[in-house]
Amino acid sequence: MHATVSSNAPTTARAEEAARNARDTRNDRLFGGLLKTCALIVLVSLVGAAASTLWLGRDAFATFGWGFLTSSAWDPTNNQYGALVPVMGTVTTALIALIFAVPVSFGIALFLTEIAPNWLRGPVSSAIELLAGIPSIIYGMWGLFIFAPFVATYIKPWLMNNLSADPPDGKISWLVQHVPFIAKFFSSEYPFFGAGVLTAGLVLAIMIIPFISSVMREVFQTVPTRLKESAYALGSSTWEVVWDIVVPYTRTAVIGGIFLGLGRALGETMAVAFVLGNTFKFTPSILETGSSIASTIANQFGEAEGLQKSALMAIAFLLFVVTFIVLTIARLMLRRLASKEGS
Amino acid sequence: MSASLYTTRRIKNIVAMILSVVATGIGLLFLAWILWETLSQGIAGLKPALFTKITAYREEGGLANAMVGSLILNVIGILIATPIGVMAGTWLAEYSRRSKLGPTIRFLNDILLSAPSIVLGLFVYTIVVLPSKWLTNGDVTFSGIAGGIALALIALPVIVRTTDEMLRLVPGTLREAALSLGVPQWKLTVQILIRAARSGIVTGVLLALARISGETAPLLFTAFGNNFMTFNPIDKMPSLPQVIYEYTKDPSPDINTLAWAGAFVLTMFVLALSLVARFVFSRSKVSHD
Repeated sequence: MHATVSSNAPTTARAEEAARNARDTRNDRLFGGLLKTCALIVLVSLVGAAASTLWLGRDAFATFGWGFLTSSAWDPTNNQYGALVPVMGTVTTALIALIFAVPVSFGIALFLTEIAPNWLRGPVSSAIELLAGIPSIIYGMWGLFIFAPFVATYIKPWLMNNLSADPPDGKISWLVQHVPFIAKFFSSEYPFFGAGVLTAGLVLAIMIIPFISSVMREVFQTVPTRLKESAYALGSSTWEVVWDIVVPYTRTAVIGGIFLGLGRALGETMAVAFVLGNTFKFTPSILETGSSIASTIANQFGEAEGLQKSALMAIAFLLFVVTFIVLTIARLMLRRLASKEGS
Repeated sequence: MSASLYTTRRIKNIVAMILSVVATGIGLLFLAWILWETLSQGIAGLKPALFTKITAYREEGGLANAMVGSLILNVIGILIATPIGVMAGTWLAEYSRRSKLGPTIRFLNDILLSAPSIVLGLFVYTIVVLPSKWLTNGDVTFSGIAGGIALALIALPVIVRTTDEMLRLVPGTLREAALSLGVPQWKLTVQILIRAARSGIVTGVLLALARISGETAPLLFTAFGNNFMTFNPIDKMPSLPQVIYEYTKDPSPDINTLAWAGAFVLTMFVLALSLVARFVFSRSKVSHD
């Protein structure tokens, strides 16, 4: 339209267009660069978290060397630090959590995908997801004020009566007499004190149930209906369909979901900070008090100075590396399922 | 023979079904137990002073400064995390198609999503608290800014992930239509794609807010806490979860009651937020149909 007005208009229009194209290209490049910088922040924060804890923990690593990993000392008065007790506490509580959370989560996922009538599925899965929304500090409070006394009155005395060499009721059980070492795992100096490794593991189990069960439920739903219906048509029961069709089909992703829960359990601070007891005695017993990496940092970092601060940074680095590995395995296993879905 | 085989299979099935129902019952039981205790103990501790007085008065006081502090910290965290997260998510969804970096960052973002928050707190302690201590000769150490940055680090992966997922749900025809009209890519992204995915992105921000509202661990060594009311972001700043943490450890039962009241307020706030997020998300689904 403009071109018809004057003779030099086409060249102006072309020049304008060229200028606009150049501007758009420049803006596009700037915009893309800006977005990429933001994406790199994700990478920087992960690398930075590892690097900063390693850097501030260098004194501890340098002072104690490899012995830092194997020493069970954690003694601020004599400035001796070893990671063994907090590392063991972290791993034991997380494993106890998995032992309880995995079967329960499997049951919930099974209920939500195969058993429950349709009208019940929505409300129940929302309720379980609600459990994931409760802040971890609330789990910690509930654990300390409500659950630990419950453990002390009902669970711990019962376990000690049946499984420890020093039972409150004085009768050593048949199991303890005939199974070697079992009593070592269930001894406690205070039978009626609720805080301890087992209590912390149970609180963690409740925390990670919604994570594991929602992953399991999601992957169970990806199993092609055709496969399940074929099995039903051959006369399989619901359980046989789940165990022989659904579980083999989703095995990798189910393990991925479990590792995801493990990653959560390893790094959780507030839920265990109150119920673990925060003692640094090396003991195999799950009824004794203990400490985890995260709870040790939360409890001691505020007052720590010098080598102690460095030792806390060093165990934070260990925690970060371990959770990074666990979560990497989890994501790799879950990703394989995603690509299977796509094909 | 075959009859007994049928019986064992049926019994096995029934046992499995019963165990599955029991497992669901256990999950719901603990949910009900925790919520019930938070409600009953929390409501018992509710009083007007909770919202008007500060923690410096201890038993006679309330949690007003902690609530205000939490609000400020959350706002700082969300204000930092939202632009960065949305832009990073946009890059993942729209710009990283042919690069190897894209999948790597998406993968690392998923790991950051479940990384231990206490270590992220220590990271912010190292890069914000320590330098500010040296730069100001110890005048500024722990601060609301540091706490906000720590919360932003926790909110960031949530926002990145939802933005990425929501943008990838936007139909490709929309992009093609715009590009064929000669719209530059940045304009396409800002004016069309982000707008199309808006309610999904808002959901992500709300979920991130719900997540950081309950975070305690990273605030202990960044915002630290303060028994007085403060609006100054370079001052030490209290927060509701951190005060609940201190008050739970306290031997005095009156202080513990205050902790329960705080826990009640916090839980209600977080659950309400996730309900709102869900509402926004369900509306977004309707509009896409």
